[in-house]
Amino acid sequence: MKKKNCIWLLAFVLAMTAPGWAAAPVSTADHSRFEQLKKEFASGPEVTQACLSCHNEAGSQFMETIHWTWICPESGDGKLGKAGLSMNNYCISIPENEARCTSCHAGYGWKDDSFDFSKEENIDCLVCHEQTGTYKKYPTAAGNPVTKPTRFPATGELFEPPDWNAVAQSVAKPERANCGTCHFYGGGGDGVKHGDLDSSLFYPPRELDVHMSEDGGGFACVRCHTTVAHRISGRCYQTPAVEEHKSLIEDDLASRISCIACHGNSPHAGISKLNDHTDKVACQTCHIPSYARGGVPTKMLWDWSEAGKLKDGKPYKVPGDLGRPVYDSQKGVFEWAKNVIPEYAWFKGVIRNTLVTDTIDPDTVIGVNYLDTKPQDPNARIYPFKVHRGIQPYDAKLNTLVFPKLFGPKGSGAYWSDFDWVTSIEKGMASRDLPFSGEVGFVESTFLYPITHMVAPKDQALSCSDCHIREGSRLAGISGVYIPGRDSGGPLSVGGWILTALALMGVGLHACLRMAGLGGKK
Amino acid sequence: MKKIYLYTRFERFWHWAQALLICGLLWTGFAVHGDLPWPDFYNAVIWHNRLGIAWLILFAFIIFWEATTGEWRHYVPTTRKLFAVARYYLLGIFKGESHPVAKTPEAKHNPLQRLTYLGVALVIVPVQVVTGLLYWTYSDWHIVGFSMDLGLLAFVHVAGAFLFLIFLVIHVYMITTGHTPFAHLKAMITGWEEVGHGEKGSNQKK
Repeated sequence: MKKKNCIWLLAFVLAMTAPGWAAAPVSTADHSRFEQLKKEFASGPEVTQACLSCHNEAGSQFMETIHWTWICPESGDGKLGKAGLSMNNYCISIPENEARCTSCHAGYGWKDDSFDFSKEENIDCLVCHEQTGTYKKYPTAAGNPVTKPTRFPATGELFEPPDWNAVAQSVAKPERANCGTCHFYGGGGDGVKHGDLDSSLFYPPRELDVHMSEDGGGFACVRCHTTVAHRISGRCYQTPAVEEHKSLIEDDLASRISCIACHGNSPHAGISKLNDHTDKVACQTCHIPSYARGGVPTKMLWDWSEAGKLKDGKPYKVPGDLGRPVYDSQKGVFEWAKNVIPEYAWFKGVIRNTLVTDTIDPDTVIGVNYLDTKPQDPNARIYPFKVHRGIQPYDAKLNTLVFPKLFGPKGSGAYWSDFDWVTSIEKGMASRDLPFSGEVGFVESTFLYPITHMVAPKDQALSCSDCHIREGSRLAGISGVYIPGRDSGGPLSVGGWILTALALMGVGLHACLRMAGLGGKK
Repeated sequence: MKKIYLYTRFERFWHWAQALLICGLLWTGFAVHGDLPWPDFYNAVIWHNRLGIAWLILFAFIIFWEATTGEWRHYVPTTRKLFAVARYYLLGIFKGESHPVAKTPEAKHNPLQRLTYLGVALVIVPVQVVTGLLYWTYSDWHIVGFSMDLGLLAFVHVAGAFLFLIFLVIHVYMITTGHTPFAHLKAMITGWEEVGHGEKGSNQKK
């Protein structure tokens, strides 16, 4: 015990006295000594040019990636992605809202359709690579940082212009802080979108995430999101995930994106019945007992149809229990939750999307994205999801979903300033030359996020009876597989117990008759 | 009234060991099936597997014993007096009639018992053993290219369990139908069965 304490103390002292002790030996270059990064910079593109002067393939590499194009590279026709014809049921879509949305684009200046995707200096190298933690893109400046100290009115947060030399000289392989800057804040705020990605993962305790915690693996995102030539492995869910299910034993250059890459197909020690589950159940199902576990709430419902109520002609917000508004005049009604139990569904790694050009049936709940995996598919696994429920505008005559313009100054037609759906949607649809009848309705919708982060320590994984139980099984809604304990075998249980009861009654009756008979004889 | 030695030590041992194992298998099995709240699924599965294997081993010993000692003869089915026995349990027993077939060391079981025990041993037990082993090895069937719907398999196994349960109910009740309610029970504990005077006559007829 004492010895253990000593080791911890030693580790602590080492950690405190030797910052960069772990990071120093991995790079062959100290960027603070490069002359190119010592000159005076006035803007991001100037820094990028300095980067590209040495990294002369980085620009063309990066321009191929989804981080630049916002188009799913697997979609082929270019229709899928934020810059395509798909959408979600949060802030819905980016056309006409670029200046706000592209604060999370790894580029500078994508404020409208005139953005030049072929100019390499428009790439923002720093947001992914700088390590000072001081570099911030202003929320509404099309991906640019500020040039003078500016307070963001919506939150009151102060944004300082970057010390270009300091941030440029700090560059290294991306850490969680880099990726998290955008991916922990999807949906315009901490934890809003994913539920399994939020700011609690900057410094996660082991209970929250065994891989990312410093008390666990201490992984950066790119530890699993294996990156080659700026192509960061990740998914836009167009091909079956199982194709990537390869262990590093089979192929040492395989992407580590799947659990199997490191843990293999029989991850549980010994002859464990648990290993028999891997043909039907995804690792995530048992090992992520709930999401939004780090103290940050995630959005569960967004009802746009309630937006636009004003008090004395002014928009207002109603604060909620979890420190997040439950009503916002600009956006409508919200519901939030922490420690959420996922919903489960068969999933082979493919998610379909309803495009803005697709015809919908407004009497149904629209899957803005949806699954079409059949239980019988050999690649299908039972997988956990966050389901975000929404009520969002649609074209009530043409029966299509719509792209609204939300962001912009008063008089621009932006809903958040002018509170007029018709103009807002006209603007959004016109920007993509899409038809709009002028009739606005609201339709219920769902949007799915596969839950894959926030893997808990193994002793906090689900127990058998979370699923193998007649009442309250987590997999109550899963069809196409016999789950012992959950399934009664239809009328068998009832029939069997009725027959048993009849047998008991029969012998009871027999006993009574015997006693009556003996009594009579005596 | 005379006493005859009907059940040898090993026979009594396997009877009671089997009784315990069957009760344990029924309980844990219905817990696995989700009909009983305790033990939880994990423990129910573990214990059901252990008890199942234990029973299989015991059953192998029983079969060996039956075969080598010639005790199997007590299970050879016969229709002789079958209906008389059935009639006795349905009618005669209420009127205080004597049992039509007395127990003797040469014939421990009446025709109804022979048929029932043989049915249990030749139908229900093999069905439970085969479906149980298949259920146990479900995830490895692909190795030999076998496939079957697990729901169907479980259905058959659970149906067999209900047959066992119903057998148990009737069997336990039938114990009380001796010349005193505990006579048969005593016999299965000590090995000595008291053969009542009323049964003597019918025995001699045979």
